[in-house]
Amino acid sequence: MSPRPGFVLDVDRSTPPTLMWKGESFGLQKLPTGSRVIYAPEPFDALEDPETAIREALENPTGDQIPLSAQLRSGMRLTICFDDISLPLPPMAAPDIRQMVIEAVLDAAAAAGVDDVVLIAALALHRRMTEPELRHALGNRVYDAFAPHGNLMQHDAEDPDNLVHLGVTDKGEDVEINKRAAESDLLVYVNINLVAMDGGHKSVATGLASYKSLRHHHNPSTMRHSKSFMHAPDSALHTANWRMGRLIKDSGVNIFQIETTLNTNTFPDSFQFLQKREWEWNLRDRVSFQASSRALDAAPKKMARQILQGIKAPHALRSVYAGEVEAVHEKILTDVWAQQGVAVEGQTDIVTMGLPYICPYNVNSIMNPILVACLGLGYFFNLYKGKPVVREGGVAILFHPTRPEFHPGHHPSYIDFFEQVLTETKDPVVMSEKFEEAFATDPWYIHLYRTGHAYHGVHPFYMWYWCAHAMEHLSKVIIVGGDPATVRRLGFHPATTLDDALEIAQDTVGAHPTITHLHNPPLFLSDVT
Amino acid sequence: MSNKFTRKISSLKFPLAAPTWPDSLPRPNPKRNTGLDYDTAWARRYPARFARAIFVDFISSPLVKTMAPTTVTGAEALSRIKGPVIFAANHNSHVDTAVLLSAIPVHLRHKVVVAAASDFFFDSTVKATAMSLVLGAIPIERSKVNRRSAETALELLKEGWSVIIYPEGGRSPDGWMHDFKGGAAYLSVRSDAPVVPVFLDGTSRVLPKSPVESGVSPGGSGSESRSTSRLRRHPVSVTFGRALRSLPDEDARKMGPRIEAAVSELGREVATDYWTARRHRDTSTTHGPSAAPWRRSWARPPAIKVSERTPRDSWPE
Repeated sequence: MSPRPGFVLDVDRSTPPTLMWKGESFGLQKLPTGSRVIYAPEPFDALEDPETAIREALENPTGDQIPLSAQLRSGMRLTICFDDISLPLPPMAAPDIRQMVIEAVLDAAAAAGVDDVVLIAALALHRRMTEPELRHALGNRVYDAFAPHGNLMQHDAEDPDNLVHLGVTDKGEDVEINKRAAESDLLVYVNINLVAMDGGHKSVATGLASYKSLRHHHNPSTMRHSKSFMHAPDSALHTANWRMGRLIKDSGVNIFQIETTLNTNTFPDSFQFLQKREWEWNLRDRVSFQASSRALDAAPKKMARQILQGIKAPHALRSVYAGEVEAVHEKILTDVWAQQGVAVEGQTDIVTMGLPYICPYNVNSIMNPILVACLGLGYFFNLYKGKPVVREGGVAILFHPTRPEFHPGHHPSYIDFFEQVLTETKDPVVMSEKFEEAFATDPWYIHLYRTGHAYHGVHPFYMWYWCAHAMEHLSKVIIVGGDPATVRRLGFHPATTLDDALEIAQDTVGAHPTITHLHNPPLFLSDVT
Repeated sequence: MSNKFTRKISSLKFPLAAPTWPDSLPRPNPKRNTGLDYDTAWARRYPARFARAIFVDFISSPLVKTMAPTTVTGAEALSRIKGPVIFAANHNSHVDTAVLLSAIPVHLRHKVVVAAASDFFFDSTVKATAMSLVLGAIPIERSKVNRRSAETALELLKEGWSVIIYPEGGRSPDGWMHDFKGGAAYLSVRSDAPVVPVFLDGTSRVLPKSPVESGVSPGGSGSESRSTSRLRRHPVSVTFGRALRSLPDEDARKMGPRIEAAVSELGREVATDYWTARRHRDTSTTHGPSAAPWRRSWARPPAIKVSERTPRDSWPE
């Protein structure tokens, strides 16, 4: 049976309660009659023979590119860059798609006698990956062949010796990227397009860029004019990246882009109920729900986090294209929208969302309050094309415990951002002018970023900027179940229950608001008309 | 206690209970292994048959003797029949099958299947499994002769299994006999197996069909309506008639009324005596008067106490 498309359910009296994520736990939430719930499409079937599909894509490139094997020759410099730990979510069960694609590229390179091959994790300002994380993404075979010889690197946006300034765009944006990648005869970029935002020129122009380059588009103004990140033509972030990408191409960097889409099979068998429609839960689903939700509630938070972070998604390769960046990206976007698109008619007064335990920046880590805001307002809010699910001046109700917990090794600057910046201002523009520079150039944060596993000092600012569009669009943000002091620090309103939240929202949206719930994950993209 | 427990179970909500289905969504026709699709073959293999024999002989029959002291008449005629046969009985209560199984002579008892309504007894996997194991039930379409269920029954008759069938298609809502459907006659004509008419009396006093199940809204207080479907001790009788075989050139449509008449005659025999039943063909004795429901209920013979039944054999004083 072919997978069923996503749809919008009108909640009636017979509708069972809806699964609601609350960080490291989940429960069932009865939504008011008349609410709408947007359900994701069912996962598409996987490609039967992904290895063959990948090899065929490499040899039959899309757009203005020649087959990979025809570009490989002895004596050349080949650099293979790949997406970091932030993709896919949750991390994919082995073998990871990066491993499958990179092995195919390496087979071709070995056959052509290429000796000078370097692999680079395209971190941008993200934290460096640990050895187990690299091994998981690349497979032991690749890791053991490259890491011991220093040929498996992680991009360092603060290493002046390994960055090259390629020029300035017509809008005055510096383009500075990884030197080894830029100066290679061939740069192969292996991309995972989890959502429509990923890939395209953003892969190299952001993933391999320096802070000097990134700050041109990771700022409040660009983020406010990205409506949304999921639709490149309406996204200032993408427009800037495209400008930079074209400059990179014009500078003579030969990029062979490989983009892949995965299906939305997000949870393994034991957690399948998390991606099923509630009225279709069978006995096993109900037992699994009861057992897992009670266990997670009873377990110490650290253990609950470990259990959930241990989930490996049974994602499977849905499509793969290789070749010229823009041509490849155009094809892949069609596939992403086919898998994730849901038609939604009309906006709503209130949007509700249950926030899960994971976002791109807390894999194997803690979802701190800034990331909670970013996941809800930066990501879930922006999963749309056309117009936001919630109307301008509407209210967002998020479900999350929002505890003031931070991973000191991964998010050191987040702690100071929370204590020093958010106590003074919540305004992205004010904080970018007043605080960003100091955090971005702080030698201790830079040291931790370069040598430890810390996100760059400026990263919490970027997370806050991601929320800029939503903050400007919404009149109120309410967090149900959140730690009140922490929620207030974020500038939001705490509520104990959904009923309380609806009451708090009343003075903004009236007594009888329309409500739409995003039943996410699995991920979907709302096409709002 | 049990009522409290039942109420507690029925008040469970999702996710402890199965989810309800949103009104706005069409229900798909799921491919389920229930109803007519339920495969009962496993229940006729030796381990299941052995378990069922143990259950019937050592649990069910002693319980029947306690709760429904049974008078069996005409069973001696069955001793000459090797089987398979089709037992066609009137149907008043869920205890009918247990009573009948305890009354069927041993040589036929342990190779019997019971035709049970697929929509009631086979609507969930748990229920279907329990019914197949405990009663040897097979699913049938109760409202009409369904080709698929008929083929299954014919196949089993061919393999030597006797079949218990309730031709009324369900329990009588008022204790009186209702018109027979053609299933038993159809099976007999097609398989050439004899039909043994059976009349069960008194079982509706042991465990009547509840008003809710009968489609009658319970009047009075809640406790009154609940008490009507409670298990009560009451004497019952099982009367076997002479086996009927389809006549040459007789089809199911003609044989059906013969079966119904034979069961009705056994009912009159229970109400009067063997000779009177054969002389007077008044069906009102078994089918009740053609009148309003309350008058049909009113016309039913009163319940009798176990102690009032035929006195025990005793030595003459």
